[in-house]
Amino acid sequence: MAQMVSITVNGMAYTKEVEPRLLLAHFLREELGLTGTNVGCDTSQCGACTVLMDGVAVKSCTVLAVQADGSTVTTIEGLASDGKLHPVQNAFWEKHGLQCGFCTPGMIITVVDLLERNPHPTDEEIRHGLDGNICRCTGYENIVRAVKYAADAMPEEA
Amino acid sequence: MSKYVGTSMKRREDPRFIQGRGSYVANLKLPNMAYLAIKRSPYAHAHIKSINTSKAKALPGVLGVFTGADTSDVGMLPSGWNVPGIKVPAQRVLQTDKVRHVGDRVAMVVAEDPYIAQDALDLIEVDYEPLPAVTDARKTTEPGAPQVHDDVPNNISYTWALGDKEACDKAFAEADKVVELDLVNQRLIATAIEPRAAVAQWDAFKGEMTLWTTSQNPNLTRVVLSAFILNIPEHKLRLISPDVGGGFGSKIPTYPEEALVPWAARKVGRPVKWVAARTESAMSDTQGRDHVTHCKLALKSDGTITGLHAATWANNGAYISLVASLIPTAFYVTLFSGLYKIPGIYGEVWGTLTNTVWVDAYRGAGRPEAAYVVERLVDVAAREMNMDPVEFRRKNFIPANEFPYQTPVALQYDSGNYAGVMDKALELSNYSALRADQAEARKKGRLVGVGIASCIEASGPVPSKVAGALGGVTGFWESGGLRVHATGKVTALTGSHSHGQGHETTFAQIVADELGISVDDIDVVHGDTAVITNGMGTYGSRSTSVGGSALVRSAEKVRAKMMKIAAHQLEAPLEEMVYDKEQGKVYVKGVPSKAKAFGELAFAAYTAHNLPEGLEPGLEEDTYYDPANFTYPNSIHIAQVEVDPETGAVTIQKYVAVDDVGKVINPLIVEGQVTGGVAQGVGQALWEHGYYDESGQLISSNLLEYAVPHAHNFPPIITGRTETPSPHNPLGVKGVGEMGTIASTPTIVNAVMDALAPLGIRHLDMPLTPEKVWRAIQAAQKS
Amino acid sequence: MYSSSVDYHRATSVADAVKTLQKNKGARLLAGGHSLIPSMKLRVAQPTMLVDIGRIKSLSGIKAGKKEVKIGALTTHATVAASEELKTACPILSEAAALIADQQVRNRGTMGGSLANADPAADYPTLMLALDATFTIMGSKGEREIEANKFFQDLFTTALKSDEVLTSITVPAYGNMPGMGGAYLKHRHPASSYAVVGVAAMIGLIGGKVARAVVVVGGITANPMHAVAVESALAGMEPTEANIASAADMMDIEATLGDSYASAEYRAHLAKVMAKRALILAAQRAGG
Repeated sequence: MAQMVSITVNGMAYTKEVEPRLLLAHFLREELGLTGTNVGCDTSQCGACTVLMDGVAVKSCTVLAVQADGSTVTTIEGLASDGKLHPVQNAFWEKHGLQCGFCTPGMIITVVDLLERNPHPTDEEIRHGLDGNICRCTGYENIVRAVKYAADAMPEEA
Repeated sequence: MSKYVGTSMKRREDPRFIQGRGSYVANLKLPNMAYLAIKRSPYAHAHIKSINTSKAKALPGVLGVFTGADTSDVGMLPSGWNVPGIKVPAQRVLQTDKVRHVGDRVAMVVAEDPYIAQDALDLIEVDYEPLPAVTDARKTTEPGAPQVHDDVPNNISYTWALGDKEACDKAFAEADKVVELDLVNQRLIATAIEPRAAVAQWDAFKGEMTLWTTSQNPNLTRVVLSAFILNIPEHKLRLISPDVGGGFGSKIPTYPEEALVPWAARKVGRPVKWVAARTESAMSDTQGRDHVTHCKLALKSDGTITGLHAATWANNGAYISLVASLIPTAFYVTLFSGLYKIPGIYGEVWGTLTNTVWVDAYRGAGRPEAAYVVERLVDVAAREMNMDPVEFRRKNFIPANEFPYQTPVALQYDSGNYAGVMDKALELSNYSALRADQAEARKKGRLVGVGIASCIEASGPVPSKVAGALGGVTGFWESGGLRVHATGKVTALTGSHSHGQGHETTFAQIVADELGISVDDIDVVHGDTAVITNGMGTYGSRSTSVGGSALVRSAEKVRAKMMKIAAHQLEAPLEEMVYDKEQGKVYVKGVPSKAKAFGELAFAAYTAHNLPEGLEPGLEEDTYYDPANFTYPNSIHIAQVEVDPETGAVTIQKYVAVDDVGKVINPLIVEGQVTGGVAQGVGQALWEHGYYDESGQLISSNLLEYAVPHAHNFPPIITGRTETPSPHNPLGVKGVGEMGTIASTPTIVNAVMDALAPLGIRHLDMPLTPEKVWRAIQAAQKS
Repeated sequence: MYSSSVDYHRATSVADAVKTLQKNKGARLLAGGHSLIPSMKLRVAQPTMLVDIGRIKSLSGIKAGKKEVKIGALTTHATVAASEELKTACPILSEAAALIADQQVRNRGTMGGSLANADPAADYPTLMLALDATFTIMGSKGEREIEANKFFQDLFTTALKSDEVLTSITVPAYGNMPGMGGAYLKHRHPASSYAVVGVAAMIGLIGGKVARAVVVVGGITANPMHAVAVESALAGMEPTEANIASAADMMDIEATLGDSYASAEYRAHLAKVMAKRALILAAQRAGG
């Protein structure tokens, strides 16, 4: 039996009818055409599907669209504002924190969340903070550098 | 003085990736698109007694359910590398009589959406009669072993040998010391984060099929599909590999799904999409490694290596994949010399079939297996002869003044400065301090190990003649074309494919320097067979040395034509014209003011108002570059690890990689390839295992079980470089994509064994899990 | 990757959830969904209906008193890990919560969901046994309380009836008592990050001697178990490393779980080593 859900994604409100079994990841990709959020596994390990939901990082492949009813979601497409890259996006570019790019959207969102909670993480905190994101290309070295670069570049909260 | 080559410029492709606008195949949505799902065998080996698709067909939203009976018009999957005497079994796209590995394809559903397609899969009833399965390569030839294919007796698909057996036997007969090892190089699963996917669209009016596929080599796949498998002529088949999320070799072969999806699109008359789930990918992508080897090293009493012999059982899985037989043969035995002068070498290989997923190239593809054999033998030998592992290696290195060096196993190494790489590795790692720290730690009973490995590979495959002689069905040149437009902009077409390597940046750097123009005026295009008519693709660390060289040659041709136009327009003899690569202009020797700029000459070529007699308008040049030899990058890595004696857990405390990959186009990208490669190689050493139980069930079929590395597993990976150019390609580059992986595996294993050496533990097989290490410690402490 | 079809009901209250469970055999509760949804995607679980309790506000929240802390079943692992109240009143719990999975999973996974799932490789069940926690359950017959050691019954099996909802978890505010210390150590599976072995150790010191030692081992048996032999061996002893080491060595739990990563024998060994290390940490923390 289909359900109506209203989800605000990247600042736009959407109301759609969905099956209860529809994953949030599929809702974003198929219903809304926001294909930046990638699906890399089927057991909730890889984190390529990570989005911000009500302000915190979640794996959208492990959330049903019906659970996100009434929520605010930010995907990778919603990070830049007015054509200006988010400092984390820019940091990944500066520090070569990506190669094939498939894990990157989820990785960037996780880092945004990480720096929100911990604006100046140590190397160890960064590396453990990425426990939910797998990259097969970079060996994580430049991702860690990108996080530190972003941390230095981001203004302190007032 | 180059402006772009050698600089760490930021990647030009990144803006789309960091903003979620990568065009991966799974993102494609075509009007009226349907979704395909594949029914796969839960058994490793079974007869198919019957398949009942009636319930699945009746499910609303299902457009069709098809079995091997329906796809009988689809050709068999061919082998693209045939070593002499190889037996390639009949390989159907959908099985009709028997399934031969868990995940083998049995039927397919096309439905309105992927959820319904999965529902329909559950309704397909397959009656299997399970059969005994064989998973261990060594057991495949035992009497009574299950036969995987009726047309491959004893499960041996091929055998291969290389080297001078007499010289090798003599070396062992005369040796002062012989070191023997039994080594397992375990099965791995590539696990690119993007699972495979394909979308096909059939134009019935034009008879044209477009296939978007996650391939490292769309042109190659197109040729194979049209020549052997699909009933579609090559010029009517277009393959597009847009952004691809990593490959590591697993996206080289031509896959059954690449035939099934187009077949289904044509059948149902609608575009069809298939996206693998991770578990599905694990049991249908080609896997890597899986060698069981008995090897030995012959030595003089002063530590000089005189001989190396290895006999390897190579497990190919249940089917022969596209270049499967290349990996444990010409990509393996030929590297048995390592960085050393070894007069007597002999290697023999049995390529067997088992009831497991098929095996083909995986990052390094045969060279990591060779490096592992060599570096474990060398490491154990040094220890047993009480020689310092660094000095032992130095003593046996091929000296810098002996290049080009002809090894006894066919390959001629182009250039090398192994002592220089070693010096740098020791310096960067502060090696003497590492050993001093280790000594202190050992006094306190801590198990600290320092490991070193010095490795080489043959990359940039391969001179086409050599490929043909060894069993390759195709050539291995690469195409590189330049389209100079009237307004002076340039499109660079390459048959190479970037699935993380950054060619849109590095190739633009190369072309910009070759023509003396801005990198912003160049667009690098790859991955569409409608635009790049022929190409061989990216694997074996070949893109820059072969693909980049093709572009260099095309740039030479562009410059040559520009000089002709300039000579004519400036009324000077052609021999007097000079191409200024820094400023992007052609001028008369000695008279720099008498010049024509790149833009002027491009415009002139297309207006054709004033061209020399007999010269055609236009400014487009193509090259098919056939490499003269492999290139031979080499590395020395050093690692410090600590083993927890109570749990066996291994922690990496320090990792230093020094790689000589010849000239470097973009240091940032090169470093990224090294660190990414290191992580994968460490993954093999410590955590990864494509593990089958005795009944052939793939236990590590998803990421809950298959342990790819995470960020917290590593300390900072420190990298350094030396640059010994390759003399035989115009860029002087060697390959970088695989060296990190090749060197890191033996480096970590040697480090752990060094940590355990005080306990007298000689060798342990990978992955060095805590339990395995703990058990070895227990056993050693008891005896 | 794609779950089977399922119906959906968003419960407005616990009573509503209970009633819906009663009326629909094959219905399952949906909280954070980070155990249920993965098993649905693999089609290992195929519930007929999801009863979503994720928005029932009364099920969330941490209420710290002097003697105990009451935690709503819907409280996420992230909230538990970050809770200043818990870091003071029951620090072993927030320490353990921070080790669960990864940040994204912790942002959704709930304490109630994890406990009701009773995965032998989960972290919370081990903690709850060690803390002598009590669970409050609401069902068609009303509310009841059950102790943790009676709640976990078998692999993925708890005392919850099919129409019952775990509503809150009560743990002792041991952090407010002098001479109490606890530590949780976990051997993390390199792929799944679940607990291959998880050991919770708690020590109460009086006059420099162990008044009570608690050691609970998870991951080696269907449900976590007290290492009674270890606990007895330490009682009354000084918490020296030597005493702790010999006490830990007395562990005699028969490990019944093992897999291709870690055999039962290895897990049993790990449990001893981790018990020793956790007890040493707990003793340090108890000593102040």
